[in-house]
Amino acid sequence: MSTVTPYLVLSAVLFAIGCTGVLIRRNAIVVFMCVELMLNAGNLALVAFSRLHGNLDGQITAFFVMVVAAAEVVIGLAIIMTIFRTRRSASVDEANALRW
Amino acid sequence: MTATYVVTAPLMILAALGILVVRRAVHAALLLAVVMINLAFVYASLDAPFLFAVQIVVYTGAVLMLFLFVLMLVGVDVSDSVVETIKGHRIGSLFAGLLLGVLLVVMVGQLSLGTMKGLASVNAQGNLQALAQQLFSRYVVAFEATSALLITAAVGAMVLAHRERAEPRPGQAELARRRVRAYGETGRHLGPLPPPGTLARHNAVGTPALLPDGSPAKESVPSTLQSTHELEGKQ
Amino acid sequence: MVTLVIALPLAGAVILLIGGGLTDRWGPYLATLLPVVSFVLAVVLFAHNLGQPDSGRSHTTHLYTWIDAGRLHVGADLLYDQLSSLFLLLITGVGSLIHVYSLGYMAHDPRRRRFFAFLNLFVAAMLTLVLAANYLVLFLGWEGVGLASYLLIGFWQHKPSAAAAAKKAFVMNRVGDMGLSLAIALCFTTFGSTAFSAVNHGIATGSVSEERMTWLGLLLLLGACGKSAQVPLQAWLLDAMEGPTPVSALIHAATMVTAGVYLMVRSHAILDAAPGARTAVVVVAVVTLLWGAIIGCAKDDIKKVLAGSTMSQIGYMMLAAGLGPAGYAFAIFHLLTHGFFKANMFLGAGSVMHAMDDDVDMRHYGALRTAMPVTFLTFAMGYLAIIGFPGFSGFWSKDKIIDAAWHEHWWIGALALLGAGITAFYMTRLMLLTFFGPRRWDLDGARSPAWHPHESPSVMTGPLVALAALSVLGGVLLIGSWIQDYLAPLVGSPPQESSGAPAWLISVLAVVVVAIGVVIAWLLVGRRPVPATAPAKVAWPVTVARHDLYGDAINDVFVVEPGRRLTDAVVQIDKYGVDGLLTGGPVAVGAFAGVFRQLQNGYVRSYALSVLGGGLVVVLALMVVNWQ
Repeated sequence: MSTVTPYLVLSAVLFAIGCTGVLIRRNAIVVFMCVELMLNAGNLALVAFSRLHGNLDGQITAFFVMVVAAAEVVIGLAIIMTIFRTRRSASVDEANALRW
Repeated sequence: MTATYVVTAPLMILAALGILVVRRAVHAALLLAVVMINLAFVYASLDAPFLFAVQIVVYTGAVLMLFLFVLMLVGVDVSDSVVETIKGHRIGSLFAGLLLGVLLVVMVGQLSLGTMKGLASVNAQGNLQALAQQLFSRYVVAFEATSALLITAAVGAMVLAHRERAEPRPGQAELARRRVRAYGETGRHLGPLPPPGTLARHNAVGTPALLPDGSPAKESVPSTLQSTHELEGKQ
Repeated sequence: MVTLVIALPLAGAVILLIGGGLTDRWGPYLATLLPVVSFVLAVVLFAHNLGQPDSGRSHTTHLYTWIDAGRLHVGADLLYDQLSSLFLLLITGVGSLIHVYSLGYMAHDPRRRRFFAFLNLFVAAMLTLVLAANYLVLFLGWEGVGLASYLLIGFWQHKPSAAAAAKKAFVMNRVGDMGLSLAIALCFTTFGSTAFSAVNHGIATGSVSEERMTWLGLLLLLGACGKSAQVPLQAWLLDAMEGPTPVSALIHAATMVTAGVYLMVRSHAILDAAPGARTAVVVVAVVTLLWGAIIGCAKDDIKKVLAGSTMSQIGYMMLAAGLGPAGYAFAIFHLLTHGFFKANMFLGAGSVMHAMDDDVDMRHYGALRTAMPVTFLTFAMGYLAIIGFPGFSGFWSKDKIIDAAWHEHWWIGALALLGAGITAFYMTRLMLLTFFGPRRWDLDGARSPAWHPHESPSVMTGPLVALAALSVLGGVLLIGSWIQDYLAPLVGSPPQESSGAPAWLISVLAVVVVAIGVVIAWLLVGRRPVPATAPAKVAWPVTVARHDLYGDAINDVFVVEPGRRLTDAVVQIDKYGVDGLLTGGPVAVGAFAGVFRQLQNGYVRSYALSVLGGGLVVVLALMVVNWQ
């Protein structure tokens, strides 16, 4: 299509859903998945803009986002596993001792 | 509105909403896979064939599978309870998310960015070649940096996953000694665990083996699969 | 020399107070000697003044400039003129006699040195009051006598009733002082100065409004009411009898309570210019004259009867002062004679109390004329003077006042006559209960039947004799209209008799009324047996009189209770309002924090929601601001 708006709208909706998911879900891994959803939404916007402007900067940036996301997932999941080993639970609500 | 968009957009939104509500983490992972594959098709329709391929191979194939592996290690049956422990959090989160979405959509709607120029001219020699040209000239520093990042991530994962042995690794003789002692004290079976499906009607991983007297052997089913299937001995 | 008259007793007070225990042995004698020297000086000054013509009888002594601020210039000035000369003689003369009397009366008191120091202080302050040339120096003396009165009423500090009485006297005097302070301020704004000469001059030039003079007169009247125990500030005088008897004689009979009359006469120019204020003075005086007399009828305490009598007699003096030039001289005349016979009677009462082991209840007296003949004879002289027996000093002075009152309005004179009759009644009652009738000394078994009262030592009876002589001979001041003529340059002359009843008719009427009062007293009191304790069932006038015509109750309702409520309210406001503002801040912050810390529930998801919410708020704000 000729305008970039539908893709941006889709990207915005996915992003918002990802945000809500980060806030609502309690399983650390599912929260991570929602973060991935948000990253993907960003990627979609980047690619759409690349097509709008007619150069490849957007696609290259989306490529880099994917690389960094992959590295981030590796480390994040390793951390979650380590925490799970000691605490036997993957819930994000576990660390709530710093309260009033 | 291209056909691709019309088909994939609702699917994606439904799948994303599904991630919010499903109880089991595995279901959430699968729904995320749906979203990612749909996104790959959208990339293809936006003149980004390389990204289409990379999205499927790297994102869905590698990253999501990594998620699934960790889910299996953590406990695939761990499900979130529906009850929200923090008062007012669910309402607040839904409201905030809704507001964010509406805000972004409204803002985007205000923009008038003109028609798409299209990537036909850029992709004249092929998308991959054009990308490679950009990557190794303009973005070469970032490229090298991300490679360093990947190496760091791999080393970091190894470090985090490593478990230092507190005592020397038990050898074969030591293991045998322990097994016999356990048999003497608790009556635990000396031999290896029966593989699943032995003397059963099905040889699926989840089907328990049958003991000589016909009762199912609980030990034959891996512990991660045990709670998902009833163990009344599927024949 | 005038300065010396004040300085001597003042030095005595200072030496005895600062010298402390060192002066215990000889202090009282020094303190008695100094007023005597002052009296001698006063006599010399008076004699010198008599030799001067009328115009030269007024001397002003400027000591130093006291206040010099902007428009206000006040000098520490002393004025010796006809009025202050008479007062000087009275204060130092009667004061010296009472000092001598106290040597005997307070001989066994361990704190007598302080007593004499306070007495000297009082004499010095009273002299300052009457010798002042302006209202501020007068006020200085005014406050000084108030202080001395407080110290002396509460001299027996261990008695709670004495301490309470001293406080009551001081506080009620303070109300009067407020009036006097306002009057001084008003005087300054009206005349630009507080000196008497400036006031007289200002009124003579006719440049002031009558309304302002009326206010000034009323405020001065308020001050006088406080010091002279006139209605409405009269309730403290009977309580002041808690002090030793010499104190009651000197301060609350002869001198301090007459300061109000002095103030009125000294401010005669203001009263002459304000008929409204003068009417107020007459009303207050008549009410008080009857009030004091009624109270005196129902008291069994000999000192309280004499205190009620003092209140009543000062009412007569104020009545005379309120009648204008017709009465100023007679007010002073009665003041002098009253000083003689009231001090005489108080000291006599002290002598009786001394003999009866400090018992003040007249129901325990009786037949003391044979046991204490000197006291009886001297007291009788004072008694005859106060009821106005023909020939005695009181007869002359009181008749002149009733005469002047009758000429003003016949019913004022009639009320004054009525007061004279009641005076005769209660004084006769006192005499009958104390000196006549059967012995009632051991009626309630407190003393053995063989106990016998003795006459007082000569150091106490000596002053009694001197004062009795003055009570008899005091009328000599009226011979040849001397006192009117002496004071006329100051206060104006009384008018000649023009119409209405002639003077001898008034005198005859007065004697008849007095005789009726005496006879009623003899019938009601002298002929009936006297019970040892006051009977509970009595006619309602007696009950009302016993309660001081409910003076204390009225004060309680109108002043004490509202004052207490006000202070309670102010304390509450201070505790919860003012302090609350201070502590409320932290409390509010604490409450606020208590609510807000609920946000820190430890859950990362909540914090993430806060972050998202905050970001949304910022974006929304930007959108709203940039809405085009």
